[in-house]
Order: sequence, then C-alpha cells, then structure tokens
Amino acid sequence: MGARWEHFEHGADVGVRGFGASKAEAFEQAALALTAVIAEPATVEAREAVAIECEAPDDELLLAEWLNALIYEMATRKMLFSRFEVRMDGTRLSAEAHGEPVDVARHHPAVEAKGATYTALRVAREGGEWVAQTVVDV
Amino acid sequence: MDINLLKRRSEYEWEIPQQGAMRVPAVIYADESLMRDMDHKVYEQAVNVAMLPGIVKASYAMPDAHWGYGFPIGGVAAFDPEQGGVVSAGGVGFDISCGVRCLHTGLARADVMPVQKALAEALYYRIPAGVGSTGAIRLNEGEMDAMLAGGARWAVERGWGEAADLERIEEHGRMTGAKPGNVSQHAKKRQRDEMGTLGSGNHYLEVQEVTAVYETAIAGQFGLKQGDIVVMIHCGSRGLGHQIGTEYLKRMAIAASQYGIALPDRELACAPIRSPVGEEYLGAMRAAINCALANRQILTHLVRKVFAELLPQARLPLLYDVSHNTCKVEEHRTDVANSGGVRRLYVHRKGATRAFGPGHPDVPEPLRAAGQPVLIGGSMGTGSYVLAGTAASESLAFSSACHGAGRAMSRHEALRRWKGRKVVDDLAARDILIRSPSMRGIAEEAPEAYKDVSAVVDAADAAGLAKKVARLEPLVCIKG
Repeated sequence: MGARWEHFEHGADVGVRGFGASKAEAFEQAALALTAVIAEPATVEAREAVAIECEAPDDELLLAEWLNALIYEMATRKMLFSRFEVRMDGTRLSAEAHGEPVDVARHHPAVEAKGATYTALRVAREGGEWVAQTVVDV
Repeated sequence: MDINLLKRRSEYEWEIPQQGAMRVPAVIYADESLMRDMDHKVYEQAVNVAMLPGIVKASYAMPDAHWGYGFPIGGVAAFDPEQGGVVSAGGVGFDISCGVRCLHTGLARADVMPVQKALAEALYYRIPAGVGSTGAIRLNEGEMDAMLAGGARWAVERGWGEAADLERIEEHGRMTGAKPGNVSQHAKKRQRDEMGTLGSGNHYLEVQEVTAVYETAIAGQFGLKQGDIVVMIHCGSRGLGHQIGTEYLKRMAIAASQYGIALPDRELACAPIRSPVGEEYLGAMRAAINCALANRQILTHLVRKVFAELLPQARLPLLYDVSHNTCKVEEHRTDVANSGGVRRLYVHRKGATRAFGPGHPDVPEPLRAAGQPVLIGGSMGTGSYVLAGTAASESLAFSSACHGAGRAMSRHEALRRWKGRKVVDDLAARDILIRSPSMRGIAEEAPEAYKDVSAVVDAADAAGLAKKVARLEPLVCIKG
C-alpha cells in the first residue's frame, strides 16, 4: 500500500490511476502515471520546477484539469516531469512539477498525451486511501 | 459484445431498439465475428449517444467501433438544430480533423526500391515526428489567425503546395465558419512550433504500393492501378486541436446542466447548437479543422521536396484528403415525413469517415462520378485501403464509413509482447522500412496490436457503407 500508481486498460488509450494517503498524494501519483504513459519516469531527472495552479467545481473535474495542465506544460515547454508536489484547498490546486526537457535519446518517449478525458474519471476515498483516476487520450 | 442483446436487421446491420431514455435506436454495422469481438462499451456508448437532444434517425457505429470517450470511436450521430440538437466536443474528439491524405507519385515499385533506404532516411530527416519535435515554421499572432481562417488554402498561398491540391481536399481546403478569435491563447501557444509536424502514436507517413485493385473502373477514375506507388499521411490538428477539445469538453460539461441537458455520462458533454457555448465551439472546432488541413498541406510540401531530390521524375498530385474526427453541417434526406425532405444536420463523425456517394456536389468534379474517396489507414505492417462512397450510404449512416483498424490490445500489452527493434527487423525482412525516434513507440504500434483492417473494410463494403477499391501495402513508414 502507500503512495503508488498504475495504468489500467482502455481499448485505444491508457487509464492512469494514483493512490495516496491524501487526495493531494493520489493526484501526485496520477501525474506520475501520466508521465509513465509517455516515458519511463525513472529516466526523467527533476532538474527544473514549473508552478501550476488550477481550479474546477469538483474533485473529478479538478483531476482532469490538473492532468491537462501538465499536458499543456509538457507540450509547450517540451518537458517531462518526474516529481510533483500538490497542495489542495477546496476547489483549488497549486503545485510544482519537477522535470527536464525531453531528450529523445535518453527518454525514448513513446507517445504524446493529447488530453485527459472524463472517461472512468473518479476521485474517491476507498479503504483508508485516496484513489484518483481517468483515461488519457494518446 | 453479446449479440443476443441486439436485433439483427440484416447480415451486416444490428439494431439496439429504442428503450428507456433513448430518443432513437442505435445501429451498428459489422459482420457477426466483428460484433462478437466488439467491446460492450460500444453498446453502452451508442445507447448513451441515442439519448442526446435532437439526434436524428439513429446513433450509428461503424465496423471498427471501439470504446471511446462518451461517443464510441467509430461513432456517427446527426443532430437537428430545429429540434434542440446539440454539438459535442467529445463527439468530435481531442484530435479535431485527424485524417488521411493520399498522394500519387506516378512511380512503380521498381523506381522506388533502388532508393528505398535513402527515401526512408530522407523522409525521416525532413518530417518532424515524435514527442517534443518541432517544425521549422513559426507563426506570429496574425499569421496564426490567417492559418486558422484559411486552412490548406493559406498554406498554398504561402508556397506550401499547389493550387490544384485544394480541389482534392474536403471543403476545398478551407473550412468556412472558422473563428480564430474563439481559439484560446493556450491553444495557439501549443501550436506555436508544431506546424508541419506529424505527431506521435498512431500517426504516420507511409510510402505504399497498390497491391490489389477490386474496382478497376473506380480505381481508374481515382488514378490508381496495380503496382502504383502512393504516399499516405495520417495526422491531425496537433496541439491546437487537442487543447480546444480539452477546453470545450470542460466548458460543455459545466454548461450542459445549465441548458437542462441530463447527461448519462459526463464525457458526453455537449451544448445546444444554438447556444453561446455551442456556437463558440463550432467556430473554434472549424479553426482546428483548418489547422489540420494546413498541417497536412505543409507535410505534403516536405514530402514533395524529398521526392524531388531522390526521384526527380516523380510528380505528387493529391488524390484526396479526408478527415475522420469532425462535426460538419450537411444536407441529408431523412425518413421523417414532416421534414419537407432535406434537412440541414450537424453530423458528428468520431473515428468515422465521410463517404459521399457518386454525383454528390461536394465531391471534386473529376472524382464525382466515382464517389468520394474514403481513405482507410491500417497498421504499419499490414495494409491500407481506398474505398469509394456509395449512394446507399446516405440512408445507412448519413454517408459515413469506417476509418481504420482499431487497436486489438492496449499499449501496455503490446509493450509486454514486443520489442521495437525486433518489430523493425521483422518488417525490414519483408521490405518494409520503419523509421521512428522511439523504439518503445514502435513496440506499442506493432502490427499485431491492431485488428485486421481487411475484416473492417470488408464489412463496410458488404454493408454498403463504401465500396472497396484498392489495397495499399507499405514500403516505408515514418512513425512519430
């Protein structure tokens, strides 16, 4: 148990799921699962930090918003992230994502993430831990 | 899918009768084997789409349908604004106007094989592909808006391509009604250095050989014969389209309840066509269609430059360019008695290809008698197909057909089964050269990770959605 992430099956794309002791930790782990869709997180060094803030009317839309903010930062900065610090305050989220510019030779990035969908979107407390999941379109 | 849940209308047509909150039935076109293999999620999603306001006739799924987001991939649904009809960002998809373009080369296999390797290297060098890749073109704010309003026509005016190309592109290369002002600064920023890039995942550029012709007369009208070499490009509206899809999905998810639309699934997020959010989305989505058309036009120019260097005798006129993630306003005859015949409908095709039949005024004149070319991409080791729209397709599914093979397994499973290097070597042994920045990407896109595109195409042909014209097999494949 504890903080961890996994992928789950979706026909054409990939489901990302994070677990954590807190909602914020589950969001951090879901972000790591998102990175793993693209490249092996262990190959990505946490050399630069990017600040991210977002807001949505409920937890689930906030998860999609958070992952989409990361997709936007990855796309426009040509970066990958491997460490996340998330703080949550009601419907607001502020975070730092740590990573480095994409290095094709080292990261072997397989696929771009186009966007986080609302398919299988769920944020819930289960058996004493938080789970945060959705399907990412690649 | 449990076929006992469906009513079999004919060998290739399966109905989910109208029930519960469904406003119309759902109809799936496929043979029995494809139906049995089809994900049950397609059933659920086709049923959910049938519940949306203003839907006309039926919620359709094509033979390659699979689990999508709200709408199934391979889904077709038409909405009538006069009946409170909606437009849905999820019904178009994130990769707005993703599509396929096919170029003639006038070459035969014997011309290409002596330079096959050099051609693969040169295309790979010239075509930016893969995660983090950037194009050579930077657009300032004014040029970005001109591109979003002008599409492929803008690209040709800037020197990327020929005026003759435009007649072979849907909407004559420029989607009208685009509103660059409805496209956010975020979406524009995401596109800033992505013009003329191929993308990643299932997007590709291939040099292919026509290995079979099924309809000689139509193939002749399309300018295709056995042994011809063509180039096929599969990509979409890049980061700009993805960002528009993302932003409007959220806006529509929030707006739907304000408009009193009960969504069976939040992913079906939609807004009335005649609402501020609906109209704004349509303007932004049409701008993204232009972005995709401009992008494929720039890629075409890059391909032509490579051929001019290595095979200077080649000319590469466009056969056709067709998108498979769109919402378009079209006139259709429907069965509704009091409609006065023709209705203007908002036809969503998500992973489905428009397939206008012979004589349709929107099919370019030289192709009109044959029907619109329907370009179907396969996996990198198998085949692609050219089909032609049929007259019957209008009454079957608002003139629509399938779009590709569809995945047979997840990326994770493909990665577990194959190594990228081995896939490249195995295909090279079959004279298919793959070039990609990512070996992991190649493993995830291994040919066996996809369903049999032939079965999908045969079902589309047999159902009457489109007619099978020619099969194409790859010689060179550039993967993102």
